[in-house]
Amino acid sequence: MTHRLLHGDISVGDKVPALGVDVTATTVVLGASASRDWRPMHHDKDFAVERNGMRDIFLNTPNQAAWFERYVTDWTGPTGRLGRMTFRMNTSVFPGDHMVFDATVTHTEVDATGCGWVDLDVTLMVGEVPATACAIRVAVPIDDDDNPWTRRHDDWCPDFES
Amino acid sequence: MNELVDIPSSVANRIGRIQYEQEGGFPVERGYIWTTCASVENGNPLFWDDETSFELTNGPVAPPSMLSVWFRPHHWSPGLTEPAVPLQAHFDLKDELDLPEAVISSNTNTFHEPVRVGDRVRSRQILRSISEPKRTKLGQGRFWVIDVEYLNQDNHLLGVESYTAFGYRREGA
Repeated sequence: MTHRLLHGDISVGDKVPALGVDVTATTVVLGASASRDWRPMHHDKDFAVERNGMRDIFLNTPNQAAWFERYVTDWTGPTGRLGRMTFRMNTSVFPGDHMVFDATVTHTEVDATGCGWVDLDVTLMVGEVPATACAIRVAVPIDDDDNPWTRRHDDWCPDFES
Repeated sequence: MNELVDIPSSVANRIGRIQYEQEGGFPVERGYIWTTCASVENGNPLFWDDETSFELTNGPVAPPSMLSVWFRPHHWSPGLTEPAVPLQAHFDLKDELDLPEAVISSNTNTFHEPVRVGDRVRSRQILRSISEPKRTKLGQGRFWVIDVEYLNQDNHLLGVESYTAFGYRREGA
């Protein structure tokens, strides 16, 4: 059975195991295509260099979001349900880069509806450079009988202020 | 370097107003879900294994981070003479503010009801703000914030994507 992290298993300061990925042109183009992003700077190197002033094609924003989701739900298991994701790109990610994701738990809380939330600071590093910083809020079960995916409407409040 | 144009009143008047309310070009489907999972090597059984999806979500759902996929237009469709662009409100600003280049500098995505296979997703764009002129390493330009709200066929909110973009002119251009 796939692992399913429970809220009580998680503490502030916990580290999520790092994930390393070698980025290729295929990574960039497949990601852009999967997210239906046909803009040329994600598949046409000449355009990326000459029009955008970049050194190559680069990962698009929606595909970075998919990478962040994959990284966090690898850790939580399938009962982890994303509530909110804020990310800021500092530098672009290009073919030839080795990107490394790492994350630290910054906050845990059970809200008024009984939903168990975990906030994480996630960083996508390329070498020594933080390319993208991402704050993620994910709900995980508070016990074996709980399932955040069944929450609807007023029982699902990803915007609450912690 | 040329000065930036002032913000036209026609643009300022759009702040806070709903624009480009439109339905996605096709219902949510598993092919794109699997292609997206493949693109990031996401093996979450929720998206690959029917038994898991029925146990947890009462049927197949899409990864929440795919929200924007469902409103991106086809690059071509019958009758279209120019390639369609997503986030039209963003491209309008580039034209109207005479800022030929733009990058998305930050994004906040909030996820509400799960997106289910077969959903017809409707989106609408809302310009939230435009900054004063700024200079960055890319050039001189303005930041702007555009929200995209997504709803399903039952009018339930699926999520909100809030894009902060920087439209600019390259130095010397």
